[in-house]
Amino acid sequence: MSHSQHPIELLRFNTCGSVDDGKSTLIGRLLYDSKNLMEDQIEALERSADITGGGMINLANLTDGLRAEREQGITIDVAYRYFATPKRKFIVADTPGHVQYTRNMVTGASTANLSIVLVDARQGVIEQTRRHTFIAALLGIPHLVIAVNKMDLVEWKEERYQEIRDEIEAFLPKLGAFRDVKFIPMSALDGDNVVDLSKKTPWYDGPSLLSHLETVHIASDRNLNAFRFPVQWVNRPNNPTDQKLHDFRGLSGQIASGIVRKGQEVVVLPAGIKTKVADIWTYDGSLDEAFCPQSVTLCLEHDIDISRGDMLVGVDSLPGRSSELSGRVCWMHARPLSPGKKYFLKHATQTVQAIVTKLDSRINMTTLEADPDPAALGINDIGGIRLKTAKPVIFDGYTTNHLTGAFILIEQGTNATVAAGMLTAPTEAAKPEYSDFAI
Amino acid sequence: MFKMSSYHLDHLQYLETEAIHVMREVAAEFERPALLFSGGKDSICLLRLAEKAFRPSDLPMPFLNVETGHEFPELLEFRDRRAKELGAKLIVRTVDEAFKKGIAHPTPGQVSRNQLQIPVLLAAIEEFQFDCAIGGARRDEEKARAKERFFSFRDSFGQWDPKNQRPEIWNLYNAKLNPGENMRVFPLSNWTEMDVWEYIKKEKLEVPNIYFSHERECFRRGGQWIPIPPPHGDSSKPDPYAGARPKPNEPVKKLVVRVRTIADMISTGMIESPADSVEDIIAEVAAARVTERGTRADDKASEAAMEDRKKAGYF
Repeated sequence: MSHSQHPIELLRFNTCGSVDDGKSTLIGRLLYDSKNLMEDQIEALERSADITGGGMINLANLTDGLRAEREQGITIDVAYRYFATPKRKFIVADTPGHVQYTRNMVTGASTANLSIVLVDARQGVIEQTRRHTFIAALLGIPHLVIAVNKMDLVEWKEERYQEIRDEIEAFLPKLGAFRDVKFIPMSALDGDNVVDLSKKTPWYDGPSLLSHLETVHIASDRNLNAFRFPVQWVNRPNNPTDQKLHDFRGLSGQIASGIVRKGQEVVVLPAGIKTKVADIWTYDGSLDEAFCPQSVTLCLEHDIDISRGDMLVGVDSLPGRSSELSGRVCWMHARPLSPGKKYFLKHATQTVQAIVTKLDSRINMTTLEADPDPAALGINDIGGIRLKTAKPVIFDGYTTNHLTGAFILIEQGTNATVAAGMLTAPTEAAKPEYSDFAI
Repeated sequence: MFKMSSYHLDHLQYLETEAIHVMREVAAEFERPALLFSGGKDSICLLRLAEKAFRPSDLPMPFLNVETGHEFPELLEFRDRRAKELGAKLIVRTVDEAFKKGIAHPTPGQVSRNQLQIPVLLAAIEEFQFDCAIGGARRDEEKARAKERFFSFRDSFGQWDPKNQRPEIWNLYNAKLNPGENMRVFPLSNWTEMDVWEYIKKEKLEVPNIYFSHERECFRRGGQWIPIPPPHGDSSKPDPYAGARPKPNEPVKKLVVRVRTIADMISTGMIESPADSVEDIIAEVAAARVTERGTRADDKASEAAMEDRKKAGYF
């Protein structure tokens, strides 16, 4: 069962594809065949089947939770599902494929280790397939599965599967680096190659989907390189729980990358001051070292004025520091991106004002080429932009560090989240103007 | 040298660090947050996470609870004691008070006050000008909750609009509000019922004794064993449990039971169980064949019961 004495790894994945590719059915099938459904859920399925399904159980009803969705027969928002096998725990983001909801795919996929892109074997590769694969690559998701679904409707023909595979493999190199890509022929409706291997695909020698999800190597997905610690909350008790701590001044946050050790030198940015980690404080006691993505409270050797939005970094590899940024955004709002307009930019633990100074490019989703100098970016467009911020941002390129290279744009006034952005690597590292802390 | 394998978080450690990060974002981004603490198992986990996020400082937010007036007495005792032990301010608002103030009105023919918690919660948020309320809701509980964000935006009427949620990308939560609007924040979004119990075990957290097996008089209604309410003491006042006492055709039985999920006495079905330790409960959850909220009468009203309540401002 799902509880166990040995540590269990957590794999986060998302599913994407077009309307009617069978995403919800696939998740329903995974839950049903891996015995992760409860009797009352099955009963509820059977009840709704009797009314609307002509007696057939509709596995999609498990994830299409809202009344509005059942009425329209589509998934309108990201739904999260949880299941476990003796090998792993899974968090599934069921992200919709309907064209106007690409923003939800970005939401569901941004935290995923793995993306499953569904392709309807009858239709083959369509624009949505390219778009979803492209977004998975853009977000830097390390592992990709292409689920060639509805193989039963093309008589389980190997040639059809191979055609689709060839077409995708032809454009994958343009997209950059997935750590691994797996193609699996299946029928989510009947369960072939979902949990158990199917007898209908003697020509397929790979694993079932579940067995791949249970074994794909994710331990090195975490970023243990350059130490980055965005200060989230300054912990300075007025009335400490332990009276010995009346001078306590800690910096609370989640390690965005790397490892920190007690006694290690760190640089406080943007101030550029070098100091040492005096203590790694946690509720459960002090630690000698801590690593990404642990949440800890760091105490420094010197009493330096530090606030939320500052960053502690390792001395050996410094991030960039600039108020002129460039990167790619996925635009998520019906009101198009307009150059010259002010937005709030939230990056790590800091929110600053920013102006979009230039639109560099817009991705053509059919060719996956960047068209230069677009007039605007509309909802679901992806493009290159330049920004000027009201104060300098401490950052890394998104490809080397997701958490210090990502940002969102918030529209002033409505407070809508209008864009998800990924920063281009800095051209030069921050140069601290002064070195050691001196009193 | 350090071994790579030592830089590994298991699933509970991962869920914990994610939840602590969310709680610290709340403390940093909001002026007047509150933490919804009922004394139930999920909010018990929230308290430990708050300690981990903010100690050695005081918890930077008061606790808030809305009482229907039908609570298990054991739960209220536990709630009050834990708030005191943690040095937190506990704010309680009740449906009965809301009746007197005209904030809420009894629904004719409806004995459950579950729905009536909505106006009381919204009034409390307004009274104390809370801009954020942290709750222990989990996405695995229910289909509408499965679509909820960590930071769930509510308009100035407290309403949730599932079709118009803010996209939530990476760990960058948009906490911006205009006056009158507020946020519900759910640090346990990614936790399952099993994770909650495993965390209670790992952290050795105390839970109210009604989670453990005990003898109790119950009656059969709607396919569930409902606890017999406390006797009606003051006959000069109307019986607050009128309609929630067994009718002649509803069998009464003394059973060995416990609660799996707690609403109030009227909305909680007891399950027959010998589980009298956290280990037993974990084994029971692992072997369970119905979902946790299968014992919640408030969810059975219709397929979209939770969706409708959330749109109206329920947490």
